[in-house]
Amino acid sequence: MTDQPTPCDDHGPAPVLENRPVIVEVRNVNKAYLRGSHIIPVLREIHFDIREGEFLALMGPSGSGKSTLLNLIAGIDKVDSGSIVIGGVDITALDETELARWRATHVGFVFQFYNLIPVLTAFENVELPLQLTGLSRAERREHVEMALRVVNLAHRMDHYPAQLSGGEQQRVAIARAVVTDPTILVADEPTGDLDRASAQEIMSLMCRLNRESGMTIIMVTHDPKAAEAAQVIRHLDKGYLNHAHP
Amino acid sequence: MRTLKLFFRNAFRHKLRTGLTVLGITIAILAFGMLRTMVNAWYAGVEASSANRLVIRNAISLVFPLPLAYKDKIRQVGGVTLVSWGNWFGGVYIEEKNFFPNFAVDPRSFLGLYPEYLIPDMQRASFLSDRKGAVAGKKVADKFGWKVGDTVTLKGTIFPGNWEFTIRAIYRGKDRSVDETQFFFHWDYLDETMKKTTPRRAGQVGYYIIGIANPNLAGEVSAAIDATFKNSLAETLTETEKAFQMSFVSMTEAILVAIQLVSIVIIVIIMAVVANTMAMTARERIGEYAVFKTLGFGGWFIAGLIFGESLFISLLGTAVGIGLTFPVAAAFADYLGTYFPIFFVERETVLMDLAAGVLVGVVAALFPTWRAVRIRIADGLRRIG
Ligand SMILES: Nc1ncnc2c1ncn2[C@@H]1O[C@H](COP(=O)(O)OP(=O)(O)OP(=O)(O)O)[C@@H](O)[C@H]1O
Ligand SMILES: [Mg+2]
Repeated sequence: MTDQPTPCDDHGPAPVLENRPVIVEVRNVNKAYLRGSHIIPVLREIHFDIREGEFLALMGPSGSGKSTLLNLIAGIDKVDSGSIVIGGVDITALDETELARWRATHVGFVFQFYNLIPVLTAFENVELPLQLTGLSRAERREHVEMALRVVNLAHRMDHYPAQLSGGEQQRVAIARAVVTDPTILVADEPTGDLDRASAQEIMSLMCRLNRESGMTIIMVTHDPKAAEAAQVIRHLDKGYLNHAHP
Repeated sequence: MRTLKLFFRNAFRHKLRTGLTVLGITIAILAFGMLRTMVNAWYAGVEASSANRLVIRNAISLVFPLPLAYKDKIRQVGGVTLVSWGNWFGGVYIEEKNFFPNFAVDPRSFLGLYPEYLIPDMQRASFLSDRKGAVAGKKVADKFGWKVGDTVTLKGTIFPGNWEFTIRAIYRGKDRSVDETQFFFHWDYLDETMKKTTPRRAGQVGYYIIGIANPNLAGEVSAAIDATFKNSLAETLTETEKAFQMSFVSMTEAILVAIQLVSIVIIVIIMAVVANTMAMTARERIGEYAVFKTLGFGGWFIAGLIFGESLFISLLGTAVGIGLTFPVAAAFADYLGTYFPIFFVERETVLMDLAAGVLVGVVAALFPTWRAVRIRIADGLRRIG
């Protein structure tokens, strides 16, 4: 351990998780890919819980299946066997359409390469997930402005992604992820493409969302520094999951 | 929804690529429209023909005449309302290149058979009463600056000599499909001159045109007329005006079919070009489509984005192409007026342009949409990294 402050020091103590309800139940999940005529098992009998308000870091070597697991939990990929229950809903039993509708309201996504739509302004990008809700124009505007204020970019809302730095784009992406107030926030190497300072900023922001708003966060990362923000770290290796506390 | 804004902005992400694609569509639509207009110009005579008129000519060939004496027998055939006759005169005004069709006609019956030639009553009366009077179409009169009262001399080719006429009337067509480049004069003037100079050619007409009461009985009337003159010195061939006009067009039918084929090929080619553009575009955006899907947008939304952009591009090109067809056709008509007396862009051509534009836009979007909708989100997202 070093004396350097972790990104979360400014945002109060980590919540006690033991008596929080379980919000994500991953049950005996298996997933394999077919490569040519070979079946490559990627995840084997993955089984664990995530509690409400937990900040979980998934770590492991490249190709160990971190993104695959994250995608399964986020409902953008299908398990081969096992089930995943989130907020009481067994998402492995939903069809494509139901799953899309479920994602729109329950999951916020942050990607390594920000993945903002280049022809839309910061405001319009953040507004995108709200297009699928029944909110009025004025209500949408209110939500978008609030989300952009949280990431401290309200003054840049009319800028296009190309006019923003990597760190700023990622902050817009976080605003887009939280604007619907989702059940879980998933992030796949959110600092993977950023310099130290910007990465620090993003981690601090994620902490704040976790500590102050009680957001449940599942984050894949290679960066031990980033993982320090999490309360729970799990390691994936060769398709098996190990548990470790920081 | 912001969808409209999205495909509008998407369309202009690659300004050069979109610009070139739009340019290609513009040229294709222009070419398509011009070719169709040209084909229509060829068929103009056929289109303008009336179902109420039959043409009687010598059964051997159009170049052989029929006796004027047939007119009374023709009149007696049931269903015939009006009998007129005439000769192709083939006169030249000053020099060969000033070509326009000119005919000797029986004036009163002729005007009765062709109500589509509009002539002021005063002019009509003075044309009918002047044996050397002539009626010219508005276009040909404008071209040579003729006014009512002017004297015009035609050099005869089939009927030798210099023939002097006085312009007594100028006709306009009742609509754009009427040829306004023709010139008509009294058949009697021709016949009387022939009596004096070449008596054996007097009393001969090139063709008869008759009016019939019921177009549905055209076949029966034709058969009755031809039967009347069976085994006479000059047997007749009677057909509808449309069939008669068609016999001129059919000589070049093969060329017309080729032109029509080319116009279709042009559309197919541009379809492939736009499809290629859309495929490139959609492939680049697979990651973005995956993001939309991740956020919960369905396949219909993705399809809407691709179809919207594709249709936007193709209809933009189509609109510019249609806009250009009119001035280009007008320039063509000026230049080639003598070969194509009726040359204008028909409404049907514009509608076909539009249909082609929509078809191109839809077809170009099909394959990219199918791919974008089918691809798994996780795979789509991997394309970005
Ligand atoms: N669509 C696919 N088809 C075939 N194999 C796949 C597919 N997606 C993932 N894989 C394989 O599954 C394994 C796990 O991939 P995954 O992306 O989950 O790893 P990761 O832990 O996120 O790696 P990284 O740290 O490099 O992002 C890898 O061996 C990968 O090649
Ligand atoms: Mg990964």
